[in-house]
Amino acid sequence: MPATDPSSVDDLRQGLQDAGYLAGESTALVAFLATRLGKPVLVEGPAGVGKTELAKALSRFLGRRLVRLQCYEGLDEAKALYEWNYRKQLLRIQAEADGAGWDQVQDDIFGEEFLLTRPLLHAISSPDPVVLLIDEIDKTDQEFEAMLLEILSDFQVSIPELGRVEARTRPTVLLTSNNTRELTEALKRRCLYLWLDYPDVEHELEIVRLHAPELEETVARKLVEVVGMVRDLDLKKPPSIAESIDWARALLLLGATDIDDATFRETMSVIVKHRTDLDLVAERVGVKLAARA
Amino acid sequence: MPAETPTGIAARLVEFCEELRAEGLPTGTSELLDGVAALGEVPWTEPEDFRAALSATLAKSPEDRRTFDLVFDRFFFRAAEAAAVEAGVREADAAAAAAADVDEINLDTLRQQIAAALRDGSEAALRDLARLAIAAFGRQGEGSGVIGVDVQRIRRSLGLRAEPQPDLPDDDPRRDGLPRDQLRRFEELLRRELERQQIERTETLPPKRPLNDLDRALPSGPLQDLAAVHRVVTQLKRRLKTQGQESRGHRRRAHVDVRRTMRASLQTGGVPVQLRYRPTRPRRPEIYVLCDVSTSVTSASVFFLSVLHALHDSFRKMRSFVFIERISEVTDVFLRERDFAQVSETIARDAGVADVSGYTDYGRVWTEFRDLVEDDLHPRATVIVLGDARTNGRDPGAEVFAEIAAKAGRTFWLNPEPRLYWNYGDSVISAYERHCRAFECWTTAQLEDFVKALAKPLGD
Repeated sequence: MPATDPSSVDDLRQGLQDAGYLAGESTALVAFLATRLGKPVLVEGPAGVGKTELAKALSRFLGRRLVRLQCYEGLDEAKALYEWNYRKQLLRIQAEADGAGWDQVQDDIFGEEFLLTRPLLHAISSPDPVVLLIDEIDKTDQEFEAMLLEILSDFQVSIPELGRVEARTRPTVLLTSNNTRELTEALKRRCLYLWLDYPDVEHELEIVRLHAPELEETVARKLVEVVGMVRDLDLKKPPSIAESIDWARALLLLGATDIDDATFRETMSVIVKHRTDLDLVAERVGVKLAARA
Repeated sequence: MPAETPTGIAARLVEFCEELRAEGLPTGTSELLDGVAALGEVPWTEPEDFRAALSATLAKSPEDRRTFDLVFDRFFFRAAEAAAVEAGVREADAAAAAAADVDEINLDTLRQQIAAALRDGSEAALRDLARLAIAAFGRQGEGSGVIGVDVQRIRRSLGLRAEPQPDLPDDDPRRDGLPRDQLRRFEELLRRELERQQIERTETLPPKRPLNDLDRALPSGPLQDLAAVHRVVTQLKRRLKTQGQESRGHRRRAHVDVRRTMRASLQTGGVPVQLRYRPTRPRRPEIYVLCDVSTSVTSASVFFLSVLHALHDSFRKMRSFVFIERISEVTDVFLRERDFAQVSETIARDAGVADVSGYTDYGRVWTEFRDLVEDDLHPRATVIVLGDARTNGRDPGAEVFAEIAAKAGRTFWLNPEPRLYWNYGDSVISAYERHCRAFECWTTAQLEDFVKALAKPLGD
């Protein structure tokens, strides 16, 4: 594992591949820029194209720990940044109730000892550089985004009682978004932007072969083509890359040597997960497979 | 940074940024600085790396990315051509060589080659073939001088179509139809090449055209399948959902959730320091959609109906009607079918909305609608009418419409015509506008505005 930064785009792409992630041209380039410029990356794209996986692979490659903050509606500072440990503070006050004066207690109970660090504070105060993944940032509200601005541009956190906590090391930051709402301009301005889309056939074939190497090439190719066909249909939830891999593994387990109409019908629930979608896929793709055989 | 005229590239980048801004991208100075910093890190002699580095720093949403690509192509194409004109570089030799080649191959082989290249998607081959095609076409002496016309003529004379052409022989690559996006790509190459030749002939750059709104407008053509529409709509739907959440947070009044407050108070030794509130659920209105399906507005109305149906799980109850001279309920049809062709076929076959003339009769439609749903309408219902309000000279029946609007909580009118044409000719929208809110609706942005208005709580 290299402890140093990658020296070129190809270097980084090779490194990601060793970490089990096949990056596309622009993915590798943007990730490279992020490590060099020290700017956060905003990764957008449909569900299941490997946005979160990119962060994991990057952390494996850079040999840095991954700190993950999963966003959800109603996430606030206390859960993302820091919180005062009330109970410990109360105990402290009770233990010193008689002897100590107010000033002394007050100084004590707002020390770092009573601070519960949450992922964001954790990431910037860590002695070793980390990879910080802020997952599904679009699920939070705008107030939370505003709070992130300080961290993303200056890598520091202001705690009223303590003062400013500055980053000891610069984390590599990735934000992912499913584009469910427009993020604020202020946030976007501070980030590099990476749009991840479904890969083309050749690229996806490589990915499937990387994760299910035992599967025969011909079957894998057919699988990827079928998945491509399914994605072109008007579905509620198109199959993701992870699901193609799952399907490849399922076919391996079943010992399938070809994807014909029957195998497809039996296993298509691995990639299609909605009742109305199932009907549609069976009708359109199933017919095509039958015609080809 | 490399030594090659660093001021030159910086100045060019500033110009480029200004063009982006002119097309509506929010590229600020900080983005530009990032762009320059990014270029310092990549070998920007590689065209793809150069583009990717700039787009990562300058264009930060899928829509912006598309505009960026268009502007990028235009800007650097023009810059290169301007430099070529200045330096007096000409490609006359190359053109002559191409013409010589054409003499040797006949038009049929060229057709085959282009079709094969289109099917296999080899970019470099396509570029050369585009040049050959233009040379061959120019020799026939049919150039019209208008680039768009020429492009279409060349494509037609080569017989390149997206539809299958079963009367062609088996080994012809055009037999099963060519991939549509490849065809578009080829047309783009033809256009570029023609433009380049024109610049070379006249030695001046043509005036810069702003991007047209076409790429940003609604996918509303009748050829569009519902899949494309649904893709637009899923985005809209997500926005709609999160939007509801946002407006929830800003409620002034909220009910205290006693249970959760008590539980939270355990942390502070039983003292309820933090109050917990009951979440307020978003209202789900009942919706009645009336949709004109006469020939003048068909493509728009089917699009809107499908949009609303794709949204239907955001609403509690939704009924759709189509009308021309009479009205008919089609809620089931849209629940069952997702294919554009089948939907319009079913409606045409079963709905029975046209009597004789096939012209819209609004007065009669209102009366029938009132009789159909009078008992169901109540102040929490929303009525949406899609139509151009063109009565063909018949009675608009505005008083019946007013009656319906008074019974329903809200009434919206969506007009697929630009506001400029309203109340012009036989359009009587002003008679209805008094009783409802009318929106013009022919781009995605306008549709989104409407959906926002629709998603607002009823009280407003």
